[in-house]
Amino acid sequence: MDDVLLKSGGWLLIGLIAVLTIAASADFGFSVHLAIIAAAAFVMLVVTLRNADYGAIATGVPSVVVDHGRYDDDPVRWGVLATLFWGVAGFVAGLYIALQLAFPALNLGLEYTSFGRLRPLHTSAVIFAFGGNALIATSFYVVQRTCRARLAFPSLARFVFWGYQLFIVLAATGYLLGITESREYAEPEWYVDLWLTVVWLSYAAVFIGTIVKRREPHIYVANWFYLSFIITVAMLHVVNNLSIPVSLAGSKSYSLFAGVQDALTQWWYGHNAVGFFLTAGFLAMMYYFVPKQAERPIYSYRLSIIHFWSLIFLYIWAGPHHLHYTALPDWAQTLGMVFSIMLWMPSWGGMINGLMTLNGAWDKVRTDPIIRMMVLALAFYGMSTFEGPMLSIKAVNSLSHYTDWTIGHVHSGALGWNGMITFACVYYLVPRLWSRSRLYSLRMINWHFWLATLGIVLYASSMWVAGIMQGLMWREYGADGYLVYSFSEVVAAMQPYYLIRAAGGLLYLSGFAIMIWNVAQTIRGNLRDEKPLNDATYNPEADRPLPQIARAGVRSIRSGGSPDAAVAAAE
Amino acid sequence: MSYNELRHLADSWGLVVMAAIYLVLVGWAFLPRNRQRNRDAATMIFKDPDHG
Amino acid sequence: MASKIFNHGRIERNVTILAVLSLLVVTVGGIVEIAPLFWIDSTIEKVEGVRPYTPLELAGRNIYVREGCYTCHSQMIRPFRDETERYGHYSLAAESMYDHPFQWGSKRTGPDLARVGGRYSDEWHVQHLKDPRSVVPESIMPGYSFLADRELTTGDMSAHLRALSRTGVPYSMQSIAKANEDLTAQADPNADAADLVKRYPNAQARDYDGDPSRITEMDALVAYLQMLGTQVDFKSAAPQEQVR
Repeated sequence: MDDVLLKSGGWLLIGLIAVLTIAASADFGFSVHLAIIAAAAFVMLVVTLRNADYGAIATGVPSVVVDHGRYDDDPVRWGVLATLFWGVAGFVAGLYIALQLAFPALNLGLEYTSFGRLRPLHTSAVIFAFGGNALIATSFYVVQRTCRARLAFPSLARFVFWGYQLFIVLAATGYLLGITESREYAEPEWYVDLWLTVVWLSYAAVFIGTIVKRREPHIYVANWFYLSFIITVAMLHVVNNLSIPVSLAGSKSYSLFAGVQDALTQWWYGHNAVGFFLTAGFLAMMYYFVPKQAERPIYSYRLSIIHFWSLIFLYIWAGPHHLHYTALPDWAQTLGMVFSIMLWMPSWGGMINGLMTLNGAWDKVRTDPIIRMMVLALAFYGMSTFEGPMLSIKAVNSLSHYTDWTIGHVHSGALGWNGMITFACVYYLVPRLWSRSRLYSLRMINWHFWLATLGIVLYASSMWVAGIMQGLMWREYGADGYLVYSFSEVVAAMQPYYLIRAAGGLLYLSGFAIMIWNVAQTIRGNLRDEKPLNDATYNPEADRPLPQIARAGVRSIRSGGSPDAAVAAAE
Repeated sequence: MSYNELRHLADSWGLVVMAAIYLVLVGWAFLPRNRQRNRDAATMIFKDPDHG
Repeated sequence: MASKIFNHGRIERNVTILAVLSLLVVTVGGIVEIAPLFWIDSTIEKVEGVRPYTPLELAGRNIYVREGCYTCHSQMIRPFRDETERYGHYSLAAESMYDHPFQWGSKRTGPDLARVGGRYSDEWHVQHLKDPRSVVPESIMPGYSFLADRELTTGDMSAHLRALSRTGVPYSMQSIAKANEDLTAQADPNADAADLVKRYPNAQARDYDGDPSRITEMDALVAYLQMLGTQVDFKSAAPQEQVR
């Protein structure tokens, strides 16, 4: 009784404080955020009151007993659904801003729908909402299976999930309202950053706590990657977001660092958001789900040890390659370049480890569409981790920097590696999480695979061509010794490539729509009546000898009569 | 410590130490007597047939 | 023997060691690269003329930040012939030493803005921001006409300057106290700007948006754009080179 009272009282208090501070808030955006926080607190209040176990309060015997013989998968199920939900938001936003570049009228003249505000919405939605939820869900799934123990701190795990969704909502609405620090991939303002810190430390507590109470002596390699991802992101997030708020009742803050120091701190963070959020965390998914789906152990556990330590050591140095030829001191740029090139090796170590897991079972690429997706993800991982070191070479970077080549590079990694491995893991998880015998349809995975692949090809190739063209046009000198093109001429030349890119995005999105349908049907318990994907056709009806027939029937066939008639005559 | 001294350290002993750590790590991973342990670790995810 | 001291097997079985070791491994790079930037003096060469932003310029900069202009415009000219011819002298570290946050950007969907100040007239900027394609037909920039319709509301500018001075920007006590007056003085053509110029050398005071009756967000943003890259006088170095 006291427990319910305390909890609901707490939610009520938080909600009331938020409502009361609205009056004191310094700007409109901050008051909207306070309203969102208040709404969240009141929802929690209602949920607490409705779900309270009143029977237990009256009798002292809990009416629902937690089954400790099962894994604690509620947060995993929610995480999978959240991944799909935010995926739609992020992909649609991406397609929309891609179209804005081709048709600027789509900015609509409204502040809320301008490219500058929607672009951070797109990047945060795909990286932190889509990717982040996939990471939280899969890490909770994997850590339980590999530790053979239920999640530590079950209520904290639920707080992590819902707290993270609140972070996403605050960040996304903030961008639309113009609440941003305008530092790439770290745009949320100070109070949202503080909230994320609380959520993230709770996430670390749940994850590490589960490892501590494990029933297996060994910590499986996927967990090392998840662990270093969680720890490093905590460090990056806290250091990079140090800032001084103008007022505790307003959204605006100023970064603690300025100019060149701010730039390097930001790209130390930014590159390792790629390195640890989008690489280490997703490699953890790879190290569990690829072996499970292939039903073979990882190719080389020794390689994974070397791969892990080299990758996390080298990645952190690579940030300065985002600042080549800027006012950053030369020595820092050179260090960044050298370590970025060295990074090629551990990256490919990971790719080889994943791909070679299929050694001896390569036929699965043909017969198992989920394995095919995983292989494509690893292939794109290999491609973009080759392209990355190449782009970090100063001579190459002098051409590619500031152009759409960078955008193409990022998307070959994001759509190809992060997207495809996430889709594959969700396809793996859904039947298991909802206790279904199989997915609604394997053939629809095939459609998803080809639509997404074609989309990525269109996207990456158009942005490569556009980026290199852009870089060359900017530096083109005529025989007279003057620059040939004005900036606006280069902008005009980009239009067809922007259109092709948007078409690629549309294909990728439509593949994802098929996935949503497939997953929804699987959860509802439906099985699509379809030809199996991997067997030669088999019809038991046709698999029997021709019936015995009388001589008269044979004659009638020979004389041109219908065989059916002959069969009928025989019977 | 000035930038030059640091740079000197990085180019000499720093490099040697890092290379040594790397070689020990690789050497350890490839020690033959760890083979069984690695195999056990790699196959532990298949011990649990229950997917629930 | 060596493996008694170094035993990876223990790391694989102890989450504390694993966590601490991986934290140590990932901190090295950041410490080596970032920390020296704060104590090596040559990181930011001393340059004459760089001063903190005036309150109006700062308000304009905050609008630049709010609208996410960095997603398409860089403020960092690299030392290449084509860039210095197109945009002006390459950017110096000192020119962004009071930028909280930095806005160097990473993408040029639109041109670099590090030295856009003084290149175009105020009228051009206002017209271009309201309807970019009316002055540059090829432009794909969104229109920002709402900036001209909206009065500038910043809250107390003193609080902004105080927050910045906590991060190390050398605003004097007087600058902080007079922040709101300074903001008005720079945008109002009838106000006396003598005090403002004393505190912020080379500050330009005028009506920016063509509507002297009120101070709009357009005033602030154009004031910011018109001062970008104008603080360091690169011409003063040229005659010296010719003397030699």
